[in-house]
Amino acid sequence: MSDWQPGTSLHSLQRRAQIMSLVRNFFASQSVMEVDVPVLSKSGVIDLNIDGICATLAGAPAYLQTSPEYFMKRLLASGSGDIYYLGKAFRDSEIGHKHNPEFTLLEWYRCGWDEHQLMCELGDLASQLINRRGVSDLRVTKISYADCFQDKFGIDPHQTSLSDLQGLAVKAGSSSWAGETRANCLDLIFSLEIEPHLQKGLVLVYDYPECQSALAATTTADKGYKVSRRFEGFLNGLEIANGYFELCDPVEQRRRFNQDNVARQATGKPVWDIDTKLLDAMRSGLPACAGVALGLDRLLMSDLEVESIDQVMPFSWLRC
Amino acid sequence: MANYSTNEFRSGLKVMLDNDPCSILENEFVKPGKGQAFNRVKLRNLKTGRVLDKTFKSGESLEGADVIDMDMQYLYSDGDFWCFMEPDTFEQHQAAVSAVSDALVWLSEQDICVVTLYNGTPLSVTPPNHVELEIVETDPGLRGDTAQGGSKPARLSTGAVVKVPLFLDQGDVVKVDTRTGEYQGRVK
Repeated sequence: MSDWQPGTSLHSLQRRAQIMSLVRNFFASQSVMEVDVPVLSKSGVIDLNIDGICATLAGAPAYLQTSPEYFMKRLLASGSGDIYYLGKAFRDSEIGHKHNPEFTLLEWYRCGWDEHQLMCELGDLASQLINRRGVSDLRVTKISYADCFQDKFGIDPHQTSLSDLQGLAVKAGSSSWAGETRANCLDLIFSLEIEPHLQKGLVLVYDYPECQSALAATTTADKGYKVSRRFEGFLNGLEIANGYFELCDPVEQRRRFNQDNVARQATGKPVWDIDTKLLDAMRSGLPACAGVALGLDRLLMSDLEVESIDQVMPFSWLRC
Repeated sequence: MANYSTNEFRSGLKVMLDNDPCSILENEFVKPGKGQAFNRVKLRNLKTGRVLDKTFKSGESLEGADVIDMDMQYLYSDGDFWCFMEPDTFEQHQAAVSAVSDALVWLSEQDICVVTLYNGTPLSVTPPNHVELEIVETDPGLRGDTAQGGSKPARLSTGAVVKVPLFLDQGDVVKVDTRTGEYQGRVK
């Protein structure tokens, strides 16, 4: 096969078109408005582990957005009400069987909802999308992050000592994890030891560790420690969605941006300018809301039961 | 040796891991949405032959291993060492039993083998994919029984024991695939 041809089959192209249309119908029926926000911005999204792709616009840097989150939050703060975005996002250096630097993201926000209500809706949407011959048999289960670790290792991931986590990470990964941070050890253990054994269907994992909050609000759990009001969705063991009860406090948001930039600098990564327009929007008042982003290509991979993202994209980066 | 970063890991690359030379078999990029990227790497320890699964942080690097594969002719053994010669330079290399143990049952003098050198010393020896060896011991051949498809064990001149068809006899020469140890055919 030569390079000019798409990596996807005609069937997979049709399925993509069908799913995008189902998504739009779903949100139209729920009165959630589609918003077509920019993918190019003067600011980058700041996240320790996500790198934007920098373009040049009239000699000045311009950033391809790693997610539509900042623009969508500015719309929410300006009174848009419930909104969704279905379009492209870009992440530097993410190339592999499950990664493409340009990918299709569905992100939506529900005003006045918490993360558990949004998880419910994610389950409804996924059941409508992953639906063969009109019958949905998608099993949706919820489990807390702590229970995942409790079931597998008998430990509480929020309270176990760092050295114990490093020990588990070294065992699962390699000796290079001996000095790693809590967040990195947890991610490694989860990815290698827990994710592959999650139940079939859609598994929603909630109450992430505080150190992995990103843009989620935090809360104090029953046992007295803080957890992040963040959840992730795994479809047949494949990570497809990440959602939050959104952090609305601009002061805390600025603190996390600075913290991420310090950590980025420490690992030799470029430091991004803070998007002050987002902070201004939060200061003016971001309504209490929950939001989630879902990787549409991953969902298609799971739906079509294929191993590589190249098989569900018209042209993955390999062919561009 | 140069250092190789995880994004340069390709199948066949030789690297040092925990002081042993290893050959990379597979390299998979993994990244939790919000987490740090890492690479799941399958490697073969070239000393022990064991396959290892290791996960490295993306961007981490390993030192390259001074490992090269070279065609050499097997000359002789004095019982302690096995002597191989580079055909171009006639330079000779002494391989210890640990390097030749897996190849021993297939080796005949003058065979061209692949010798893997680590820091200039033979680390392992891969015999030719196909060798022709004489049967030195087997049950008597059953004439006419060529169609039945039965088999019997036969000891070859190098000591290997392979399954051969019933009609073969002591003194016959057979072709064997050294990778599977399977009989390929009779050599007239």
